[in-house]
Formats: sequence, structure tokens, C-alpha cells
Amino acid sequence: MNDLTPTPEERTAKLKGLGASRKRVEDARFTQGKGNYVDDIKMPGMLHGDFVRSPYAHARVKSINADAARALPGVIAVLTAADLAPLNLHWMPTLAGDKQMVLADGKVLFQGQEVAFVVATDRYVCADAIELVEVDYEELPVVTDPFKALEPGAPVLREDLAGQTSGAHGARRHHNHIFLWETGDEAATNQAIGDAEVVAEEMIYYHRVHPCPLETCGCVASMDKVNGKLSLFGTFQAPHVVRTVASLLSGIEEHNIRVVSPDIGGGFGNKVGVYPGYVCSIVASIVTGKPVKWIEDRMDNLMATAFARDYWMKGRISATKDGKITGLHCHVTADHGAFDACADPTKFPAGFFHICTGSYDIPVAYVGVDGVYTNKAPGGVAYRCSFRVTEAAYFVERMIEVLAIELGMDAAELRSRNFIRKDQFPYHSALGWEYDSGDYHTAWDKALKAVDYAGLRKEQAERVGAFKRGETRKLLGIGLTHFTEIVGAGPVKNCDILGMGMFDSCEIRIHPTGSAIARLGTISQGQGHATTFAQILATEIGLSADSITIEEGDTDTAPYGLGTYGSRSTPVAGAAAALVGRKIRAKAQMIAAWLLEVHDGDVEWDIDRFVVKGAPERFKTMKEIAYAAYHNAIPGIEPGLEAVSYYDPPNMTYPFGAYICVMEIDVDTGTHEVRQFYALDDCGTRINPMIIEGQVHGGLTEALAIAMGQEIAYDEIGNCKNSTLMDFFLPTAVETPHYTTDHTETPSPHHPIGAKGVGESPNVGGVPAFSNAVHDAFRAFGLRQAHMPHDHWRIWKIANQLGLHG
Amino acid sequence: MGKKMQIALTVNGEAHELLAEPRELLIYVLRERLNLTGPHAGCETSHCGACTIEMNGKSVKSCTVFAAQANGATITTIEGLGSPDNLSVLQQSFREHHGLQCGYCTPGMITRAHRLLQENPDPTEEEVRFGISGNLCRCTGYQNIVKSILAAAATINGAKEAAE
Repeated sequence: MNDLTPTPEERTAKLKGLGASRKRVEDARFTQGKGNYVDDIKMPGMLHGDFVRSPYAHARVKSINADAARALPGVIAVLTAADLAPLNLHWMPTLAGDKQMVLADGKVLFQGQEVAFVVATDRYVCADAIELVEVDYEELPVVTDPFKALEPGAPVLREDLAGQTSGAHGARRHHNHIFLWETGDEAATNQAIGDAEVVAEEMIYYHRVHPCPLETCGCVASMDKVNGKLSLFGTFQAPHVVRTVASLLSGIEEHNIRVVSPDIGGGFGNKVGVYPGYVCSIVASIVTGKPVKWIEDRMDNLMATAFARDYWMKGRISATKDGKITGLHCHVTADHGAFDACADPTKFPAGFFHICTGSYDIPVAYVGVDGVYTNKAPGGVAYRCSFRVTEAAYFVERMIEVLAIELGMDAAELRSRNFIRKDQFPYHSALGWEYDSGDYHTAWDKALKAVDYAGLRKEQAERVGAFKRGETRKLLGIGLTHFTEIVGAGPVKNCDILGMGMFDSCEIRIHPTGSAIARLGTISQGQGHATTFAQILATEIGLSADSITIEEGDTDTAPYGLGTYGSRSTPVAGAAAALVGRKIRAKAQMIAAWLLEVHDGDVEWDIDRFVVKGAPERFKTMKEIAYAAYHNAIPGIEPGLEAVSYYDPPNMTYPFGAYICVMEIDVDTGTHEVRQFYALDDCGTRINPMIIEGQVHGGLTEALAIAMGQEIAYDEIGNCKNSTLMDFFLPTAVETPHYTTDHTETPSPHHPIGAKGVGESPNVGGVPAFSNAVHDAFRAFGLRQAHMPHDHWRIWKIANQLGLHG
Repeated sequence: MGKKMQIALTVNGEAHELLAEPRELLIYVLRERLNLTGPHAGCETSHCGACTIEMNGKSVKSCTVFAAQANGATITTIEGLGSPDNLSVLQQSFREHHGLQCGYCTPGMITRAHRLLQENPDPTEEEVRFGISGNLCRCTGYQNIVKSILAAAATINGAKEAAE
């Protein structure tokens, strides 16, 4: 040892492991325009495919005449349901146990539905040919309201299900009914609410929105008829599942299918499902023997690929006079559109909505969800949230506010009185979840203090006085939220998608010179997996993160995994990475002991090396051990240093957070300004604080969009009213406020490194925080509930209905 | 379809001559003919700015410009702003301040920021926010993009002062 010997701190820092704000390795190529997204892929002889789409929301397709289109120079093929039927590919299974038309089979059920697939030499010829396809439609009555869809005389949407009185999730009680899913104890809940001193009842609507990643969905399918291999490149958040589905649908053996997710330009749930474009591109490539590219335009994306939310949540919450909650009842009417194509674990048709007791110790609760068909696009994906968790968080955080009004109590105090206490974890909720860890009171008190909550309330009261005296036309809203998420699906015993257990995986090879490549079953959509997974591994195996390459998304090389959504990358694949590192270390320990000529038990791990216990000057670094693994003949130990780990999580993880939004609202114009937004997140162990902060900023901005303006709305004949970025609100840098982030750190007790996942928290907590701020501004004037989105016109309308315009 | 037109473009310092249909959009000429896949198509209605390039000294959304309209133009794309061995100050600053996530808006965003700093070398935060409001980002919430651009401006201005 001398002055040049690195200290333990220096050795740790060199690893750039857990906790380091490591700069992203992805950025070099992205900042130079050298990302590789699906539309960047070019192949020799590649053709373009695109859809003829339905202008009607509900119509019978009487005939399709594609002769003129086929005659256009450059057009190779026009596929219709009649062409796909002999292959049994005119319908496909959905992730929710329903089936969906690939191309219109006799009728169309939503505007923008895929009717025919045109294949041509380039995208311009394709567009010309689409105009030449003549489709004869007979319009049918349209239903876009899920309550009207369940009326006795409502139009029959799904004729293919005629006479089927049960579906994938139990009994169907009406021709447009999909399922009723229930959990909790309804009788006991009704009893508690019936006996209660105070009851608040409200209908909370979480409107239909769309994930709208900047890159739309698309793929390139390439069938190589010489070797019988199908390659499929595309915007897939779950490439391995896509391979399995493609094999089951096409009959091509799975080893002959290679699915690759290249760089993905944002997904947010939009890229989880399997879309008709993928199926048609594969068929077209098989038919033509050439690669076929299909890329959605923005209208296609907003009109036809998976929407999110559209939940009508009828709630009743009860409490004692001093604000102790005694029961929660919720019935949801869930508008699933024309096909049930929700992306949920199979056994959970309403996702994890039953996390809707939130952060509160509620003794008894009940949830019932009715799924309904309407003439709207299919979907129901988790837009930057775990399955239906944002709906649940919005529901309970609104119900708490309404209860606070009913009780005449401060909403922060009401929350504090009902939080699950730190000593109650692991906490078993009334709806069946086991919350792993939490410290809600600490987070909440920290948040209230950070914003000077008492001072804000004082200012608000003064503002109301000034408003009433005619001295100002602006109101102040304080939007509170304390959310608890449930992410990291999930335990194979109850979580699967199309029968595939929701484990995930990591495989690592250590190279002789002490660098490594690791591959995982997930896929990054911009979260920086190549950066953060290397950090997890660096801490586990003592090689610098800079020496570890991370690869995902190629099913020929990566181990099987269920993909990236529901904040599952870190909780599941991140755990697999930690465990694979421990397998490497176990073998490295034996090699080190042999090299140091001691027993295995006589060496111990120290940051980046094994040292002989009690003799720290005798050590072998992981780099030296890696070389030895390939160089030395060690008795009883196989050469090489690699491992694979498949991780089946024992439980979900439960990140939580406290968000406070301070908003100025102009009563006369309905405009708002977010004066302050404070976001405290507890995602357990923090891997890369820089990336966490970036995730929180992004998720909050998506929440801002949803709460304050974004919607997919339909008129009464089923026209989608928000199918371009002119009508679909995405905030610019001007509308987006400045955010202040903060954290507490309560590790998950069951996760190998204690991490819980964070990417979706800000959307889950952000939406109620923004919405509650709007409601809170008008609380003094009698507002209880106003549906989102709170755009300027709707805020103006609230003020108008409350008589504030004089 | 119409008769093809002869078009001359100077892109990132290189002269190109090509034939294009009158309706062919500049974004596809750049991406598919010249293999410059940095600019991306995100909306095809001028809203998102992922296709932003610089044309004759102005920020332009190449998804709503016909290639024919660009005849004779001098164009710079993200590929012309720096090289692997010599990243521009903005490119470095975006990495340093985590100004990007999925990377899809990034080429357009940096190309726009580059022009913005030519137009206004020492912008305020408000001016940066307004100046990039034609470029949408779904991942970052803009906070770190704004930080990256302000930091780049400070670096460029600091270097200028040192040189004077």
C-alpha cells in the first residue's frame, strides 16, 4: 500500500455503479442523428404497405373493388379479409382473451379500422393506390357511449359473438357486455358505508387519451424463402412475446422467427400490443418474397392503435366524523372500444385497478368493473403506468378530496389521518395486495414542509377574500396527491400474458480481458437501460459500467423476457441482472481462492476484488479473475465466466410519492399557470439519480397533458375528433412548468437491490395533482367534481357554472 | 404523379443533383435518397418538429416542404453539426445535462437549438422555451433540454470572450 493505492471510495467511484449519476451511453449516437429506428431500416427490394381504413364507425362492408388499385403501376398486391381467411389470419387473438379483425370481415366497428392492405414499391404509390380501392359501405347505427351500449335496444356490435353468454373473463349479460370483474367484499363494504357517519359519493371520469409517442408504430417484415426464416423488425415493447405470437399465428416454427426491436422513439404503452399492420406485413412478405415495411402516420396512430383509460368510476367512500375512512366502494364502466385489446396480465381484465385503496388504511372495500364494447378504437393500454394504476390513483385521490369537502376538513390532514403507518408494512390491503414497504408520513410531512403548506393555505384564503372583494380575477389552487403504485409484474404464479409467465432475464458473458456483454429480456424505449443495467452489474461484479455492453431486443441473442411496460424493467429484469452478477461472483470466488491458494471460504468480496480474510494485501481483482477463467486449468471448475438468470419476482413493488401542484387560474379566460410543482418520489434504491429526475420530468409533462387538455373524443356518429397534433394536445416547452424533484428512499425488502421502478410514478401521481389543483381553486365556491381534461374552455365553464362571471 | 424535376441541393456541404416528383417531400429525399436518417417524421403536419433542418439559414420542418421547393437550397441536418470526433457544444451539452431520452426528437431539437443560438446567442430561459416551442418532446418535459441549451450558450459565449 502506498499513496498511489486507490482508496475504497476511489475504487467504488471508478465502477460508476449503483447511485452514480452516470452519463448515458446511448446519447453519443442519438445526438448525432445516428439512432436506428424502424423507419431507418432499408432492405434491398423492400416494398411499402399501408391500409385502406374505414371512414365509418359502424358499417357493413358490402364489397371491396381493388381492380383499379391493382392496375396501378408499382402496386404489387392488395390484401383483404378474403385473402387472409384461408390462412385463418383475418382475425387475431388479443392480449385480453378476445379476438380482433386484422382486416374488416363483413363489417367495420370503428373509424380508422383496417379494411385492406395495399403493397407497393414506394410509399407514394401506396398512397395513390389506397385512393383507388373502392369500398361499398352500408352505415349501421353507432354507439360511442358505454352506458347506452348496455341498453336493451343498443345496436349489436360484435355479431361474431352472437349467442356467446360467456367470454374470457366470465359471464356476458348483454350483447355489448364483455365481462364483470369483481374483487373485495361487497356486502361488508355496503354495510360499512351504510353504517357510516359521513359518506361521499361521486362519479369520476378518467377520459380516453392516447400514449402518442413521437415515433409512431411500424415494422419491416422479411421472409427469406431460401432459408425459411422470418425476420421482423418493429416498434415492439415486448419482442419475445411478439415472436411467440407470430409463431402461433403463422405456423412458422419459433426458431425460424427473429424479432428485433431497434431503437424505439418512445412507447408509453402504445407499442405493447400486436397490431394488424404487423400481421399484414408478415403475410405480404410471405406472399411477395420481399421485405415489406409498414409505418403508421400520425392520424393512423391516434385513430387506430391502442388508446388508454376511458374509465367511468362511480365511487362511494365513508368515514367517521373525525375523518377515519371506514369503507370504499367502486363500480367502473370500462369502455374498451370495438375489441377487448387491453394489455393486462391474463387473470386481471381490469389490470391492477384494485390498488385503488391507494396509500390509505381502508378496512373494507369492493371493486366491480364492467367491460363494454363501443364503436371506438380498441386498446386500453397502460399509458405510462402499470395496468390501470393511474385510473386507480386518480379515483382514490379524487374521492379523498370529495370526502374532505364532505367532512369540511383539510385534504392534507385527511390523508395524514388515514395513511398506512410505517409499522403496518408489509401491509395487506382490503383488496388483496401485500404492500412491500413504505413510509408515507415521512414523505408527506417532508413535502408539506418543502412547499410551506400552511403558508400556501393562508395565501389561498387571502386570495379568495380578495376575489370576493373584486380585487383580483385569479384563484389559487393547491393540488395534493399521495399515490402508491403497484409495478413490476409479476409473480408467475398469478401474472402471465398469453400464458407466458411474467418473469424476466439477464445473461452475461465476462470477456478474458475483464469487460463484459450482458443481454436482457426487456427493451429500452428511451429510459437508458444500456446505462442503468450496466450500473447494477458494475456494483455486483466489480467491473466498471463503462466496460459492460448492454444489449436488448434481438430475440436471436437475448434471453426470453416479457418486455418493458408497467415499470417492470428495474423490478424484474434489474433483479435478474443483480442475480446474474451474484452467480458470476460465486464462480469468481472459487477461482480467486484457487489463485490465492486458500479455501473458498477464506476470501471475501471487496468492491472489485476478492481479498483473503484478514490479509487485504492478498487479493485478486475481477479483471484478474476473468483472465484466469479463460487461461488457467483449474481443477473442478469449467473454463469461462458467464451466467444466466431468470427472475420470478415474489411480489410486486410499491413505489410511492407525494406531489404538490400550486396553480393560478384566471377565472375569465380559463387559463392556468403552474406556479410551483413539487414532486417527491420514493422508488426504493436509486440506481441513477440523473435518469430518475429525467423520468420524473417527462412523466409529469405527460400528466400535465392528460389533466389539462389531451383527449381522444368522438362525436355521436363515431368520428374521432382528435386525430392530428392540431387537435391532440402535446405540451410545448412554453406550457410546461418547471419541476422541483425530491426523494425519500425506502428499499423494497424483496428486491435483490431494493429498487422499485420509477418511470411511471410521475404520470400516476401527476394527473391527480394537476386535476386536484384545478378543483381546489374552486373549492371555496362549491365545486365538487369536474371531469378532465381541464382545458381553458372547460375551466371557464366551471367558473361560469359557479356563477363567477357575474 | 407528375413529371420528375431536376433538383440541386447542397446538404451538409455536399452538392447533390437528383430527380424528384413534384409532390415528393424533402424529408423523404433526405432520409431515403441521401440516407440522412437523423431528421425524423413524427406528424407530417409541421407540429412536432422531429424533421427540423436548417435551410438557407432558417429552421424549417422538412416534412411539409416539397423537395422541389428546396431547389438550389443550402441545407444543414443534424449530421452536419458535428462529427464523432468533434461533437458540437450543443451535442455535448445535451449529453451532459440529460437533455434527451428516446432520441427521436433530438436531431430536430438540436438543429433548432443551433439556429436559435445563431439568432439569439444569449437567450433567457423564457426565450429558449419560446424558441423551441415548435419542437415537441414526449420524454424529457423540456427542463433538461432548456438547461442543455442555456449551458451550451454559456460555453460558446465563454469561449468567445476568452478569445477576445
